[in-house]
Amino acid sequence: MTTETLTATQERARPQPRRLALGSWLLSGYGIVGYLFLYLPIIIVVIFSFNDSRSTAKWAGFTIDWYREMLADRQIILSLWNSLFVAIVSTAISTVMGTLAAMGLERYSFRGKLAVDSILYLPIIIPDIAMAIMLLIFFNVSGIGFEPWRVQFLGNRLAVPYSVIIGHVAFNISFVAVVVRARLANMDRTLEEAAQDLYANTWQTFRRVTLPMLMPGILGGALLAFTLSLDDFVITFFTSGAGFNTLPVRVFGMIKKGVTPKINAVSTLMLLFSLALIFISILLRTRAGDEEETIQFGM
Amino acid sequence: MSRSLLFVMLVAVVLVAVACAPPPAPAPAPAQPEQPAAAEQPPAAPEVQPASEIVLYNWSEYIDPEIYTQFKELTGIDVLEDNFSSNEEMLAKLQGGASGYALIVPSDYTVAIMIEEGMLHKLDHDNIPNLVNLSERFRNVPYDPGNVYCVPYQWGTTGIGYDSAVIDAPTSWAAIFEPDPNTPWYGRTTMLDDPRESFAAALTYLGYDINTTDEKQLQEAKEVLIRAKPGLSGYDSDTFEDLVASGENVMAHGWNGDFLVAQEDNENVAYVVPEEGGVVWVDNICIPATATPEQKLAAEMFINYLLEPEVGAQLSEYNYYASPNAAAEEILGEEFLGDPTIYPPPEVLEKLQYIEPVGEMESLYQRLWDEVKSS
Amino acid sequence: MQELLRRNPAARAWALIMPSLVFLLVFFVAPLFIVLIYSFLTRGKYGGVVWQFNPENFQRALDPLYFSTFLRSIYIAVVTTLICLVLGYPLAYWITTRPPGQRNLLMLALMIPFWTNFLIRTYAWLTLLRTNTGLINVSLMSLGVIKKPLPLFANDFAIILGLVYGWLPVMVLPIYAALERLDKSLIEAAQDLYATNRHVFLRVIWPLSLPGVVAGSMLVFIPAIGSFVTPAILGGGKSLMIGNIISNQFLAAHDWPFGSALSTLMMLVMLLGTLIYFRSALREGGGV
Repeated sequence: MTTETLTATQERARPQPRRLALGSWLLSGYGIVGYLFLYLPIIIVVIFSFNDSRSTAKWAGFTIDWYREMLADRQIILSLWNSLFVAIVSTAISTVMGTLAAMGLERYSFRGKLAVDSILYLPIIIPDIAMAIMLLIFFNVSGIGFEPWRVQFLGNRLAVPYSVIIGHVAFNISFVAVVVRARLANMDRTLEEAAQDLYANTWQTFRRVTLPMLMPGILGGALLAFTLSLDDFVITFFTSGAGFNTLPVRVFGMIKKGVTPKINAVSTLMLLFSLALIFISILLRTRAGDEEETIQFGM
Repeated sequence: MSRSLLFVMLVAVVLVAVACAPPPAPAPAPAQPEQPAAAEQPPAAPEVQPASEIVLYNWSEYIDPEIYTQFKELTGIDVLEDNFSSNEEMLAKLQGGASGYALIVPSDYTVAIMIEEGMLHKLDHDNIPNLVNLSERFRNVPYDPGNVYCVPYQWGTTGIGYDSAVIDAPTSWAAIFEPDPNTPWYGRTTMLDDPRESFAAALTYLGYDINTTDEKQLQEAKEVLIRAKPGLSGYDSDTFEDLVASGENVMAHGWNGDFLVAQEDNENVAYVVPEEGGVVWVDNICIPATATPEQKLAAEMFINYLLEPEVGAQLSEYNYYASPNAAAEEILGEEFLGDPTIYPPPEVLEKLQYIEPVGEMESLYQRLWDEVKSS
Repeated sequence: MQELLRRNPAARAWALIMPSLVFLLVFFVAPLFIVLIYSFLTRGKYGGVVWQFNPENFQRALDPLYFSTFLRSIYIAVVTTLICLVLGYPLAYWITTRPPGQRNLLMLALMIPFWTNFLIRTYAWLTLLRTNTGLINVSLMSLGVIKKPLPLFANDFAIILGLVYGWLPVMVLPIYAALERLDKSLIEAAQDLYATNRHVFLRVIWPLSLPGVVAGSMLVFIPAIGSFVTPAILGGGKSLMIGNIISNQFLAAHDWPFGSALSTLMMLVMLLGTLIYFRSALREGGGV
């Protein structure tokens, strides 16, 4: 439902259009300020990536040298790809598993549910440093090890850091499940029942009714998982084998020798990359037409 | 949005499926198929071939990447680099069972710990003929006499950096430990966020051994650190030098090379070791016990290469730290060697102490440090 | 098999949960047991453990120093969660009032700042908050608004600001998910019955969005209480949270058993707290 219809119904109910208009203006103003708050440090990061000095605190003129340096740094570029790879893979796995678990837990009651619930929520509760160390010890004690699989893919040597991916999935499942459950808890079940009354089988009901209605929650969970994975340092640091770095691990190492605009340049690149992703998806969407409009995907 | 996001995820799933398919053996095996020949060789055969790729676990920005390229041209061996940001981090990771590293760069007291814990390989000196290039002082470092386990990499000191445009050189630790609201550095000073370094400063000021395990002395040092706290803007081990250079702070407890790098931004940044003394430290390159014979051989070749006079000089020119390599020093030139910030004069050198491992007393240091922080 | 799944709802539930459950049992619960066991062992001299029973770790954890740090962490986490809720709820609500296309973009835009690096964002706040060279103080002073720099850095204000900044989107996300799904006809029905806006909110919108609020609060509170990088950087390293103490046991004091004991205690407290919170919050919500 849009603002206009909401306002319309309220006008019908109570004749106070001026206050309402003011209220929605205030709300919009607040929303914009809220987003500014979120983007303020990002703007600073971008600005100082062009700083003609090692400092990220004092402006000394414009340069693009830091970008040159960054692009020449083979290790940074490699770690950037590693980060994206780990984030995409672990998000995919944890989204599927977390969504299924959320449905199982929210839709049914059975014996042992509390125990399952607790296991599912524990990874959120545990401090990440403790989780990191215990995963490190676990991989070592169990003999699973950390050495990334080296595989040939389209002629490139690709490292698949299964230990890092496992670590990320382990904490992401829970986050996905929490978000999806919040969505499920509020979901109107009459549509599903109606579908079943019309002799849709379980799969059809799921595919055509439940899944679309659940989509905002699933995508929200996936987005959260992707974000947490991309940003994780502690668990990655302890679960990665020799010679495998993600960007946060790289950056953490670099910070010890001083925060330079080179790090800002890397962040700006990440930002550009995500903006490009959004741009592409907008293009795809406009081409896909109106279908999604009716399904109302959450994001 | 949603559709493309889903698409990306689908691609990822396919990617994983493809990637996971080839190795027939599950988890524990994957390392083997790469070097089956080496694994099957009977131990009797002494002919070990160097690994074609090794991983160096190092502090960041500590080595000129050009050196890797040169080494690869010379030997065909690829050197990859991972970074850590503190000795403890590196140690925790290796203690937890991380393997695959052929070379690591721990500081002096950490070397002592690792020797004690059996975490290091003995070096084969036949493979490192360039050891003769080391200065006499670094052939017999206290934590590893005779370079049995490690070769010094770079060295430096811990003292006080300051903004010489604002204040004169703080010649005593009293500048930090007797805070006075009327001084320009009150509230504009940082100390290292490191229990051993900060206690070393306080213990030096009190005239005690910086490696003391006497609880009374440590309590006294704790009181001194708490007294200093109101005059500090924070504890910082990462950006202290930048903060002096930018004018945020006037004084900082920290490592010499960092202040030198900060001089590029602000020429007024200066460094002094207070008259009571300070800490001297040496970073070393060693081979963890988990390295395979092939990796060890390649690692020794790399250590030997680092000890070449030109390469040693290249290293110091890159990271502004003093070289333990006498042959390299000849190339570095008067200006570099004459800089008292990099090479402290003998009378200062005399007053510097090494941080040594204190075993289980580390818990006490940490606990007292927590008390300082929570006060 | 299919027959079983069709007939027995419990079997269906287990089938849905099984992948996650097996994964977490192997890669989470098993490691968790390692932590539990470690918390009763003796420290190795420099990290690791000696296999010797030692209950002292838990006694040490009850030490007033650590206990007061724990209370302080709870205080900071509660304040952070409340601020996130107060700031995040209207933001989530605002997003639901936008047309669907914009909503998608806004939700994505909420997360994008977090695709740049966490440490970098925190250091960017430093650029703004520093006492003498921070952009806020410098601008205010050059405009003549203030004479002496404001204490924006190295205190609880800075820590809470950093935490709120870091976790606000995580609060908005589930609240939005709940609000977006809200049946608008309920609001209309309430309005038709001449409920005031305040009543519509308190009696209809708020109770129905409660699952989102509960999830959001949990997602903020828990990481906030365990955080250790933000307090170290924005707090100027001058104060401690429980997360600092735990990470220091692993990364500085080489005392893994003590670190494990502290983690175990923290998990227990949080598990209890979460359960209580869930129960009471959902009961309150269910009453409507």
